[in-house]
Amino acid sequence: MSRHSTHAPSSSFWRLWGWPLVLGVLTAVGLVSALFSDGGAGDVLAWITLGIPVVVGVWHGWCRRGNRVHAPD
Amino acid sequence: MKAKSIKQWTWVHKWSSLVCTAFMLLLCLTGLPLIFHHEIGHLLGTEVEPPPMSAEADRQRVSLDQVIRNAHALHPDRVVQFVSPDADDDRVLFVTLTPTPAPTDDFKSVAVDARNGQVLAQPKFDEGFMWIMFKLHVDLFAGLAGKLFLGFMGLLLLVAIVSGVVLYSPFMRKLEFGTVRRERRPRLKWLDLHNLLGIVTLVWAFVVGATGMINTWADLLIKYWQYDQLSHILQPYQGQPLVAAGERASVQKSVDVALAHAPHSKVSFIAFPGTAFSSPHHNTVFLRGNEPLTAKLLQPVLVDAKSNEITAAPAMPWYLTALLVSQPLHFGDYGGMPMQILWALLDIATIIVLGSGLYLWLKRGDPAHEHTPRGTARPSPDGPTPTGDRLPEPAPVVAASTGARSA
Repeated sequence: MSRHSTHAPSSSFWRLWGWPLVLGVLTAVGLVSALFSDGGAGDVLAWITLGIPVVVGVWHGWCRRGNRVHAPD
Repeated sequence: MKAKSIKQWTWVHKWSSLVCTAFMLLLCLTGLPLIFHHEIGHLLGTEVEPPPMSAEADRQRVSLDQVIRNAHALHPDRVVQFVSPDADDDRVLFVTLTPTPAPTDDFKSVAVDARNGQVLAQPKFDEGFMWIMFKLHVDLFAGLAGKLFLGFMGLLLLVAIVSGVVLYSPFMRKLEFGTVRRERRPRLKWLDLHNLLGIVTLVWAFVVGATGMINTWADLLIKYWQYDQLSHILQPYQGQPLVAAGERASVQKSVDVALAHAPHSKVSFIAFPGTAFSSPHHNTVFLRGNEPLTAKLLQPVLVDAKSNEITAAPAMPWYLTALLVSQPLHFGDYGGMPMQILWALLDIATIIVLGSGLYLWLKRGDPAHEHTPRGTARPSPDGPTPTGDRLPEPAPVVAASTGARSA
């Protein structure tokens, strides 16, 4: 732990919140983009950006096998 | 995070979710078929389809006055509250008839062909499976009180989501994103799934929850709008009674006048004198724009029901604009079928979050042990140690306090 102590605060932040932030931003982009579109590119963007959180949830929840617990520092 | 604040957030999360979970499960389950109400109506044959006609006949439009006369002839003892074109097919007009102009669940809907004025169908929106789903979802068959109650449950859901995000950190700080510890006790697996699906659906659930809550205030917002803005506009009419049916001028003319006032717009619906969306003296024509976003916003034009002169076309206040924008964000009906499917999947994920949350609470351990780190209480390599499958809360407390020490 001590070896990485100088980087620890920011890297642990991103390790914890990186994925949630990315998925949250993607969801927000999708929800808004379809509002400005009627069957156009905004709708397609919404399908992709809203689809990614769904895929991530299904992947980690049901598809991925095995136990990937973070190793001790 | 300090163990004490984790304890406080845990309390907030536990109680906000426990109180609303049963209702949220109901809303998620009834909402699922509502996402596809159009398609289900199509399958059940309850959707009104205009018969095919030649291209030229397709473009013909009969006068709205004729449309209203034909619909009213079927229910001469009722009054016409609204006329609205089908949102997806302006060849179909829906005429809503009720005993009085007051808001009510006792309404008859007559679908009229806009091309020739013939009655197409009398769809029964107020019965059957979808109606029950709709009422359970919107107001629990309890009118405004039911709506506001569900709105409060929605507020608790938002509190539960926010507190859940706060607790995500102590639960997950030693775990890699997406970890689901399947091989251990089932309780641990469901805790991990709860955290995973909760964080994955976070923004969607928050937006759908918040917009749903806003929708429960629709009746109140419209009442406030009438008080706040329409009362000034209607000052000159003070003391005058509701314009009687015999005194009213042509409805078609009032729509023409409104459309001339705001070109590049379409009719969303027309509210007749005395109804919740109008005044006792006006046909209020609600216009919507032609652009994707403006199509969701409304511009009311108050047309004097006797003289067909425009009294006012007040801009929608911000709170009604917010209400109108919050509707598609709640319904998920603005991005085609793929979006509806994603809406359904996210809804199912939310059901799992709610169900697993309930399971975790039911399988909770003896609260007396909650904050007693078990065993050696050493910093565990696999994060929150399953110190006992009966204990949901102690693990993060251990993890957080050890984390705090090492930081």
